[in-house]
Amino acid sequence: MLDSAPSVYLRIENLWKTFGDFTALRDITLEVFEGEFLCFLGPSGCGKTTLLRAIAGLDLQSEGRVEQAGKDVSNLPPAARDFGIVFQSYALFPNLTIEKNIAYGLENAGRSRAEVKARVAELLALVGLPEQGRKYPAQLSGGQQQRIALARAIATNPGLLLLDEPLSALDAKVRAFLRHEVKELQRKLGITTVMVTHDQEEALSMADRIVVMNHGTIEQVGTPLEVYRDPASLFVADFIGAMNQIPAQALGKTIKIGDIELRCDNNTLTGSAIATIRPEDVLPVKTARENTVEVHVNALEFLGSFLRAELAHSTMGGTPLMADFSINAARRLGLAQGASLLVQLPADRLKTFPEAG
Amino acid sequence: MRGRALKPKLGRDDLAHRGFMAVIGLYLIIALALPLYAMLSKAFTTYHFDLSQYEVQVSDEAGTFGPVQSLASLNTPPVFEKLATSTNGRLGLTKLFPDFSFRSPVMYRFRGTSESAVYLIGSERHTGPDWVELTSNSFRRVVIRPVAERGLANFRTYFSTPALFQSVKNSLTIAAIVTAITVSLAFWFAYGLARSKMHLKGVFRMVAMMPILVPSLLPGIALLYLFSARQGMLKALMFGHDINGPIGIVIGSVFFTFPHAMIIISTALSIADARLFEASDSLKASRWRTFWTVTIPGARYGLFSAAFVVFNLVITDFGLPKVIGGNYNMLAVDIYKQVIGQQNFEMGAVVSIVLLLPALLAFAIDRRMQKKQVALLTARSVVYEPKPNRRMDWIFFAYASAVAVFIAGIIATCQFAALIKQWPYNLSLSLKNYDFSRMDGGGWGAYANSLQLAILTAIIGTVVVFLGAYMVEKTRGFEKGRAVFQGLAMLPMAIPGMVLGIAYIFFFNNPANPLHVIYGTMIILVVSTVTHFYTVSHLTAVTALKQMDGEFESVSQSLKQPFYKLFWRVTVPVSLPAILNISIYLFVNAMTTVSAVVFLYSTDTALASVAVLNMNDAGDIAPAAAMGMMIFYTNAGARILHALISKGILKRSNAWRKSG
Repeated sequence: MLDSAPSVYLRIENLWKTFGDFTALRDITLEVFEGEFLCFLGPSGCGKTTLLRAIAGLDLQSEGRVEQAGKDVSNLPPAARDFGIVFQSYALFPNLTIEKNIAYGLENAGRSRAEVKARVAELLALVGLPEQGRKYPAQLSGGQQQRIALARAIATNPGLLLLDEPLSALDAKVRAFLRHEVKELQRKLGITTVMVTHDQEEALSMADRIVVMNHGTIEQVGTPLEVYRDPASLFVADFIGAMNQIPAQALGKTIKIGDIELRCDNNTLTGSAIATIRPEDVLPVKTARENTVEVHVNALEFLGSFLRAELAHSTMGGTPLMADFSINAARRLGLAQGASLLVQLPADRLKTFPEAG
Repeated sequence: MRGRALKPKLGRDDLAHRGFMAVIGLYLIIALALPLYAMLSKAFTTYHFDLSQYEVQVSDEAGTFGPVQSLASLNTPPVFEKLATSTNGRLGLTKLFPDFSFRSPVMYRFRGTSESAVYLIGSERHTGPDWVELTSNSFRRVVIRPVAERGLANFRTYFSTPALFQSVKNSLTIAAIVTAITVSLAFWFAYGLARSKMHLKGVFRMVAMMPILVPSLLPGIALLYLFSARQGMLKALMFGHDINGPIGIVIGSVFFTFPHAMIIISTALSIADARLFEASDSLKASRWRTFWTVTIPGARYGLFSAAFVVFNLVITDFGLPKVIGGNYNMLAVDIYKQVIGQQNFEMGAVVSIVLLLPALLAFAIDRRMQKKQVALLTARSVVYEPKPNRRMDWIFFAYASAVAVFIAGIIATCQFAALIKQWPYNLSLSLKNYDFSRMDGGGWGAYANSLQLAILTAIIGTVVVFLGAYMVEKTRGFEKGRAVFQGLAMLPMAIPGMVLGIAYIFFFNNPANPLHVIYGTMIILVVSTVTHFYTVSHLTAVTALKQMDGEFESVSQSLKQPFYKLFWRVTVPVSLPAILNISIYLFVNAMTTVSAVVFLYSTDTALASVAVLNMNDAGDIAPAAAMGMMIFYTNAGARILHALISKGILKRSNAWRKSG
């Protein structure tokens, strides 16, 4: 086995899923480690939910292997696998009380009535809703319903927890709160968890590792910091966070944008390329040094905790440059529409990608 | 390199799902597909005697046999001119021998030239090329059997017989006229309910639904009472025309199709977007202009759909033209006459196919309309709330009252007829017409049978339909099987009851069919009724199931619970209103239906609805009306019970059913 430290709990090998002529998943190979929180992140239609449903056995893959806890489960029906699942719609049984919903999977499994009752109480406390057992789902708020759905999914101590866009139906405040709650719970229980989301903030804040997907393939697998700091493709760079994309000519450790040459430590390409840099990595400087460009402020956008400036520059071709400045920095620099300033594009922050297409 | 396609391993639940689906699919195949196939093949089969398949040798009186002769050569010049016959045809041969005498000592040798040449000696069946030697006395007992042939001959006969073909024109004419009248009447009625502030809306709605509770032939009886040339109390209004015939059929058909059109158009009108009316108002459009640019376009699919439903109901109805059609022939009655009157099953099958074509067409168009209407429904926004308008409200009130008087008047006439001692001589009230034991038709036993049929149909039908719909909606994978099932479930709506009935005769009354044992029993009546009314019930169940979260099954499977636990604890309780709607629909229709069961009842299983028909045929019109009213009371009672139970259930489940 190649992996040294953490043990692999779920292994996906050469997975394909086709619907007629359409290929939803293309040769997916992936390992999920014991106890980790993994996120499938991507735009809608990228295949992330299809992959989750294949892992659950709800919609079988066309080809390929799924191995869970060392056992080949590729063609098993859902009931023969070991997982709990939470859906965006909660899927709580409307005519059963909260208690009965949670107890649903605990019954006829050799537990006594008292054991079931105790376990339900424990779970209600765990999700922070100890008093709500006798209510019906429709009497709870969306966030509360989702916590009940979570309690029901983990009631039987499954080895794997699957979350299909669990927070997407909730409003922003509840979502931010539950993000933290769910992550805490997962850490406490140590349960291997796979979550599907299209919300990058959700993925960045909750996941131990993120699987970025696009058009049925995996673009990158890495920790939130890795995929943010070191995107493996232009798609990942563009999809996660904001990113400047500037056409450039690359040669060795230099790139040429318009008339000016910049040092780029990361470059390995030759010829036409796309140079990228995050808006927050564009640094205002007092004096000209390496990789500095003179720009003037075209437009300013107030985004709460910071300002995003659209910077125009005569020497760098036509593409404007986005840069983020804290409110304090903006005041210090006297940032205003029409003002001129010097900015540095640090050589270790510039990255190049092949042109798309 | 891609590997081999994955073969899913089926879990316990998958197998159970498919098992159930296969069982109910098999039910639909046996109760629908095979009988229809039997009918189709019957329509394309003709029978004739093939004389060239038989050879005969005749001896002289000394016993020396002459040359071998084919029967065909003996028939020139033709002794038998017409060799066409029916399935039970038999042909004796002695006519071919002018000198034949059963006392003569002449001997005969007889054989068929192939295995398909069948002949009987007495009742003993023979076939094949071995010579059989016979005395004159036994030779006269030889009859040959016809051979079957596939072809369009029956259809040629049908279309070249003016008396039969005339029915096609009659049926289409009547259906078109009724469609125009009913849809117009129902539109303004529904419009008044949806767009005016007239009084007594609830009462009008209830009265408009009453025809659903009685057999379609009941208005025929009422019309006879009111307008018949002999005894009608309002016969002067007919100005010498006979109510028996097209006039009676049209009036009665408008009565029994009215609620169907009214429901569909009401639905179409109720989904209109109020904002369109506000926009039209703000643009200062006249009422009239708003009507043509907003109301009619919004309701057009509903209007088309109502038109096709009414057309279909009229063209396939049997009871009403049977009672009041007089000599005016309609397709559905022709089937009955061919099968019951003339025992010409092949021609009955041909008429069935002729009837099936417009019915199928109307059904297909209606399905398209319904789909478009649904598309409008999902896009709906603000509900229209009518504003009071004194003048219009009173106009609509007067109009709705007139329609309600017509409908309630028909029912009241039947009630009146049932309670009058002897019309028109003795008008005192009595219950003697309810003493059915004194009439033909099955008496109170028939009523008890009908009740039993209705209850069994409601229970068995609801279970079968709901399970079928559940399996087709919730089975994982198995797309082809589900598509076939869905197709089978939609088919009954396109099959007229008379066609289903005759198809059942061909399929179940065949002694070679092991299911022959159910022929003439209550079982076949239940099977035919459940099948006849399968589609609407199935659609109700599917709609209810589609409204449920599709992930319930996924959650239940992930918690390793068997599907039946979810089914009992969640699916059934949540769908209970729909389940109750299905059972009341089946109950009411089982009480009133005549068309399929009229071919299938036996003396032990006579039914109330058929008894109405038979008593009316026998001239016992008052008892027929009384029996019709018994059906009405029963259905009205069942509807009230249904409303009470539904209300109770909704109240109990208020806690968890979302109010908004």
